[in-house]
Amino acid sequence: MLKVENVSGGYGNSLVIKSVSFDVKKGEILGILGPNGSGKSTLLKIISGILKAESGTVTIDGKNASLYTQKEFARKVAVLPQLHAHAFSHTVRETVELGRYPYQAGLFSTWSTEDERAVTAAMKNTAVTRYEKQSIELLSGGEQQRVFVAQALAQEAPILLLDEPTNHLDIAHQQQLLDTIRKQAIDKGLTVITVFHDINLASLYCDRLLLLDQGHISKIGLPQDVVKEDAIESVYNARIKTQPHPELAKPQITLLPDTKDEMKIAVVSKEDFSVSNEFVALRTKNPLKTLSSAVHNAGMGWFKTFVNRHVDSNYNCDDVQLEMATYLEEKGFPLSETVGMMTAVTTEHVEIGEYTGDFGTVLIAVTAGVGNAVDVSQALTRDSVSKVGTINTWVIINGELPDEAFIQAMITATEAKAKALQNENIQDPQTGTIATGTSTDSLLVAATQQGEWLPYAGPITELGKLVAHGVYDCTIKAVQAYKKAKGWTS
Amino acid sequence: MSKSSVAYIVSAATLLVVAWLGVSIGSVQIPISTLWNTGADATATNILWKIRMPRVILAGLVGASLAIAGAAFQGLLKNPLADPYTLGVSSGASVGAVMTLFFGISIPVLGIYTLPVFSMVGAGLTMFIVIGFARLVDRSMKMETIILTGIIFGSFLGSVLSLMIALTGEELRQIIGWLLGSVSMRGWSHITMILPFVIIGSVMLWLNRRELNAMLFGEERAHHLGVNVKRRKYSILIGGSILTGAAVAVSGTIGFVGLVVPHMTRLLWGSDHRHLLTLSFMNGASLLIICDLIARTIISPTELPVGVITAFIGAPVFAFIFYRQRRKGAM
Repeated sequence: MLKVENVSGGYGNSLVIKSVSFDVKKGEILGILGPNGSGKSTLLKIISGILKAESGTVTIDGKNASLYTQKEFARKVAVLPQLHAHAFSHTVRETVELGRYPYQAGLFSTWSTEDERAVTAAMKNTAVTRYEKQSIELLSGGEQQRVFVAQALAQEAPILLLDEPTNHLDIAHQQQLLDTIRKQAIDKGLTVITVFHDINLASLYCDRLLLLDQGHISKIGLPQDVVKEDAIESVYNARIKTQPHPELAKPQITLLPDTKDEMKIAVVSKEDFSVSNEFVALRTKNPLKTLSSAVHNAGMGWFKTFVNRHVDSNYNCDDVQLEMATYLEEKGFPLSETVGMMTAVTTEHVEIGEYTGDFGTVLIAVTAGVGNAVDVSQALTRDSVSKVGTINTWVIINGELPDEAFIQAMITATEAKAKALQNENIQDPQTGTIATGTSTDSLLVAATQQGEWLPYAGPITELGKLVAHGVYDCTIKAVQAYKKAKGWTS
Repeated sequence: MSKSSVAYIVSAATLLVVAWLGVSIGSVQIPISTLWNTGADATATNILWKIRMPRVILAGLVGASLAIAGAAFQGLLKNPLADPYTLGVSSGASVGAVMTLFFGISIPVLGIYTLPVFSMVGAGLTMFIVIGFARLVDRSMKMETIILTGIIFGSFLGSVLSLMIALTGEELRQIIGWLLGSVSMRGWSHITMILPFVIIGSVMLWLNRRELNAMLFGEERAHHLGVNVKRRKYSILIGGSILTGAAVAVSGTIGFVGLVVPHMTRLLWGSDHRHLLTLSFMNGASLLIICDLIARTIISPTELPVGVITAFIGAPVFAFIFYRQRRKGAM
């Protein structure tokens, strides 16, 4: 649909765009990314004919773009400008009607039903019809920008060029605008080329991305191939990390500011734990990066307070989460920074251990109620509903871990727990085989993300060894304490 | 009925009423029926056809020319303070006119038309020099460049005028009188002289009504909407300058009509140039006819220069618009 070949251009004697080539297929949305001064807007200006290319050609629909007359070009390509102020004000309808300019010909050209249909449809699709008679200067920035989108849509050109369309808009308006444009692009098969400042928005809304670096194409391809840590870091000269979007298969970036050093190093130790009748609590000075299957604040996050709460073995509640939150609030734990678990085991039977390695220490805390032990290998044959009976394991690491090391630590801890149950000869009461855990076990791995870099936590790494040994050790002790309390042993 | 039809009807009705007043009111009251009543008093018929009618029509043409040119320049330059004199064309016309008075030039072939012809030549020369210089400075002819060039040449020609006034002797009153602007003692010949220019200039501007709408959003936006910006800009600048030159040539520099009428029209009927240009044309005619009526009747039998009246009304309105514009910017 649109082809750019060896295009170079700029202002005066300096070339801003240097030999850029790419093509865009019909119906595709291409995002142009790049730092300030990389030539994004210049490239768009060359494509839209505002700026003459020094060399190279732009081909639109199989014909050299410079051979089109002004009106022909406007029937092929619509451009949405950045927001700007106006000296005099048109009404919304007058503004949108201007989009039909390329279709007016002759001295007394009349307004055709076709023009009317295009204008009405464009206003409807951008939800500005109700402002029709208002002056645009009375509208908010987001609404104004929608009016200009309507103007561009009224042009009914198969190609749409946008220059940072969401500049100065709040997130709701950004989303509305880009959703509208994307919907129009899909419904009408529009080809869209848009300059973006925001890498995350570009990744979300574009089919392909083009990364410009000082007038050259640094990368072009699918968002997942362009929005990569190394590429973005080298072009933008900023520290970032990419993460998957929670709902879509599109990468998102997060800035990594240089504020980490401001935080004082705070090592977690056994003294930070406290045990009362009702709960075992750990309070740390700095938040810990935590991955857990807790009741309150499960999943990944940063937390400073960790609570393992004792509940009655008959505890039954419809909304466990709400009840837990209410409880934590009553006890004065700040909800946003607290991870909460529950256990039927009395808190006095908690087993807390501190294990020292070359890099620092690992703290393990375990409460083990094995009344409802389960052998996972036989789980398919079981039919009963789960009852309270829980092994809660906490692994607190003084060190800095990548995400994968958190998962490795979880595997290692789980294996150590299973082995401890085996050696303590805990049996699944239904199948009579050795149990591997209980029906409602919980695990929490948290790290200070300060101190030594610990890339792995498999069982033969320095960290893995400590986790394995510590979890095994504490689980054995906790199970023994449980047995004693239940009177299974003397 | 649509808003624009109401606008046209109201403006046309105003123009008719004002023209009727202009024709009938004066030192001698003349009933409008004299127009068609062949049995009317001969003196009345004479006054009507030889004095009042040409005067009203000329005032109307001058007012209309200045107002439509002002509307187009304000739109083109995206500047609410622009008027037909922004380009300096009027200064060129004035220099041409004052020169004939100062040097007492009278070319036999031209006779009494020497002054308006010189004035038009001055306007035309200035227009080409201003546009040419702006093009020399900046090939893309940005609006800022045009405004600045207009100011530079306007001031220069203004100082030439001042020089001539300073050096003049007995022609002073004549020169000042001309500069203040007047449509008295002209006659049909002046009308036939400027009519072609008024028609050509107005049509040139009217053909750009849609382009002016697009250019209000900036040259780049207009370009994207399919407007051939450069060509349109030239035709608007030249059309407006023709109108300004013609108006100044026959009536001197009548201020504020070109500034105030487009603003009033915009406030009342919106800034869509498809209507604004024509409406400004009609309202400009009405305003100058009424101002001229006031100028010749208010301290009758003495006549004031019409420029004094327009400025008297125009300046406070200008101040009000300026104030509003600034307040809006501050908010």
